Amino acid sequence: MARLIKTEKEVEGRYSEQWVVVEDDDALDQWPQGPGAVVGKPATRQDGPQRARGQAIYTADLQLPGMLHAAVLRSPHARARAEKMDLSPALELPGVLGAIGPDDCHVLQSEPGYHGAPVAAVAADSFARAREALAAIEVEWEELEPLLDPEEAVRRESFVSDPRRYDRGDVEAGFAQADVIVEAEYRTQTVLHNSMETHQSVCRWEGDTLEVYISTQFIWGVRASIAEQLELPPDRVRVVCNYMGGGFGSKNSPGDYTYIAIALAGKTGRPVRCALTRREENLATGNRNATIQRLRAGARSDGTLVALDAEYVNAVGWTGWSGPTYGPLEMLYACDNVRTLTYGAKLNLPPNAAFRAPGFVEGTYGLECLLDELAARLELDPLALRRRNHADQDLEDGRPFSSKKLLECYDRAEEHWARRDEVRARSEGSVRRGTGLASQIWYGGGGPPSYAGVRVSSDGSATVLTAMQDIGTGTRTAMAQIAAEELGLPVERVRVSLGDSARGTYASVSAGSSTTPSMGPAVRAAAADAARQILEIAAQRFDLEQRVLSLRDGRVVSADGGSWPLEEITGLLEDAQITGRGSRGPNPAGMRVLTFGVQVADVAVDVETGEVTVERIAAIHDIGRVINPLGARSQVEGGIIQGVGHTLSEERMFDPASGTILTQTLDAYKLPTIADVPEIAVDFPDIPDEHLTNLGSKGLGEPPIVPTAAAIVNAIRDATGADVRSLPVSREEMLRALREAREREKKLATAPA
Amino acid sequence: MVLSLRINGSVREVDPPVGRTLAETLRDDLGLTGTKIACGEGHCGACTVQLDGSPVLSCITLVHTVGDREVTTIEGLQDHPLVDAFVRTDALQCGFCTPGQIVSAAALVEADPEPTAERVRHAMAGNLCRCGAYSRIEEAVLTWRD
Repeated sequence: MARLIKTEKEVEGRYSEQWVVVEDDDALDQWPQGPGAVVGKPATRQDGPQRARGQAIYTADLQLPGMLHAAVLRSPHARARAEKMDLSPALELPGVLGAIGPDDCHVLQSEPGYHGAPVAAVAADSFARAREALAAIEVEWEELEPLLDPEEAVRRESFVSDPRRYDRGDVEAGFAQADVIVEAEYRTQTVLHNSMETHQSVCRWEGDTLEVYISTQFIWGVRASIAEQLELPPDRVRVVCNYMGGGFGSKNSPGDYTYIAIALAGKTGRPVRCALTRREENLATGNRNATIQRLRAGARSDGTLVALDAEYVNAVGWTGWSGPTYGPLEMLYACDNVRTLTYGAKLNLPPNAAFRAPGFVEGTYGLECLLDELAARLELDPLALRRRNHADQDLEDGRPFSSKKLLECYDRAEEHWARRDEVRARSEGSVRRGTGLASQIWYGGGGPPSYAGVRVSSDGSATVLTAMQDIGTGTRTAMAQIAAEELGLPVERVRVSLGDSARGTYASVSAGSSTTPSMGPAVRAAAADAARQILEIAAQRFDLEQRVLSLRDGRVVSADGGSWPLEEITGLLEDAQITGRGSRGPNPAGMRVLTFGVQVADVAVDVETGEVTVERIAAIHDIGRVINPLGARSQVEGGIIQGVGHTLSEERMFDPASGTILTQTLDAYKLPTIADVPEIAVDFPDIPDEHLTNLGSKGLGEPPIVPTAAAIVNAIRDATGADVRSLPVSREEMLRALREAREREKKLATAPA
Repeated sequence: MVLSLRINGSVREVDPPVGRTLAETLRDDLGLTGTKIACGEGHCGACTVQLDGSPVLSCITLVHTVGDREVTTIEGLQDHPLVDAFVRTDALQCGFCTPGQIVSAAALVEADPEPTAERVRHAMAGNLCRCGAYSRIEEAVLTWRD
């Protein structure tokens, strides 16, 4: 029976209450810990061959008959007003079939607030002609003074939302008990997602239905947003995304480009593609915002934290949201007295967007570096300091964690941490080596609503049906494994059909590390529903009791030794199928569901040139049960490599006078290459969360990028004694930190005893 | 001007306007969409194809300069052992850069069937992968014949 319940839903740390419908009979016991027949064993990607051979059709590859191409005129100024705009010269050019301005589409702006804001757009029979036509649009700009400095924004109270204040205990009383107080100001830079497939969509009207083919992380969110904006019944918006080329948080909503394509499709009566160029991608598709973090920590001489105090400035941009930079400091360590104040600065710079553990990557860098500065002052082992301050329950309201294996992660980190003397000893000449670590906390429990169907055909093969998306994380494969385990089939006999809101059930967003923990339990429930029906039929067919039957190795197996190929049962149905359905049950009531981990980095620093090389990173993450060890390792490696880029080379830069974005190409914006990759060792406790769903699995997309920057910077301190305070660790910053460390040492040496 | 292009072992006739890139011709005129365009200005390697066996960036190669050189795209390498190696080692995530990675790697192992890790890193440094599959890409190329 369907049951209506109210449950707490969390996406990237934002909690809301919502009604969901769940099946009453989702009472499946979790599988025992350890690998099963399929789940917990490495599986190669189901769609790997198509992607590798170039046969997978991404949104970028889609060609619809009569399709036009849009080009977008973007603001050349960080803040300006269009005094006059004339689209008509563009419409006179050959091949141009439509042009729209701020009066035609709500995302086009006559008073743009950042360089790259969309102002007008043209549709033409080729992208080249559409771009040429942009030059014909006449705009008279009145330039206005931009606000670019986040500290100035705080002074002027230019915020995207009210400042956030948080208080726990009594911070001043806490500092009064402290034997040691450390304080520091950390800064992080603006970082760009730069998915390989740029943001894009193709929109067309099919009768009364709007079809949206889009590179997205959230088919259903795109559908809901567009339906609301256009005041259409949701079922008259069909959203399709079979293959997509990366998102990392930036593709959770329709985006300006989709509304532009819709408006131009309406104007021209033709399908319209709006695909951003790489330069547009680097201007106007969101970013991980820069932060300023003024932190203070007080501790007793044994390392017990007694007070944490922080002021954060998130340099959000023109729009966007002020993310949880404060999260790790409030949540990671058992400290009774905590105070944070967070500003979200509204600036004439491109809007931010969620980027793989938004806020927590930035906040963990500040917190975990401060903790190592504290460890150095107290002459304590950094790992021991973290163990001492381990939080046994949620610090907000004392709720128990559904599971927390952080101490187990620390134990597994020991062997990597123990190498540090040997690492330091390998220093030679101007190259100093060292080891650092940092802890990780993040969400990742997923939640309802999420639904799936499983169809078992007469030939004994199965198809999982749900309108989720695989953004490259391998969720297609993980879902196939889960269904295969439940149906007792080899994974090759299970296919997954996803990516189309018209052909599948509601599915979770692929963000917030939620796809596997949200979708996996629904897929298992659907497979169990199908399996139950198969066994019921088999019991009748073979005149046996259902309880003695099970499904294994593609066969119906009886406890008394009988065994029949699955096709003997399913084949009875000829062309028809057995269908199962399943839903994601609620999260455990009264518990906090979080992921945890630790990373240990080894670095080499050339103290003459300031060059930093990350030589090795060991990562241990507690994400509950691991469904696919092969894919899970890849997720961790990918997160770490993005983290290395964030720490050492990536930085979105702008002209501080005009607000013009300077890093618009992949030449100027330095992504890591294969030559920058350290040795990476990946480990999981792989212990199912006994309270979380019928799987015990949490999400893994985001945890691995969270502690990387702090681990690297702490390794730099171990190697050189220098306190890096701002990211990226450019040579200038490295040399500054080294100079400061030398001066500090000099002062100590000359100070009177 | 009608061009006869030698692509993946067959001859294809196209009549592109002056200024058209090889990548646009492959994708838009010939439907060979395995070749991806991710930056369009020669910085990322997603559009890599081979001309007479050497990797080139097709998004900054004008189609009129190709002449009678043999063009090999990912569609011409679908049975290459590297495809299996990439899948086996999980050397792809979103897969958008993967065709370019495989075309580059195929040129490398043709020239040097047993490349060192250092050589792989050097030869593949022009192929960006934002998902960060690099460790596995290196493994795939080092073990491509396994």
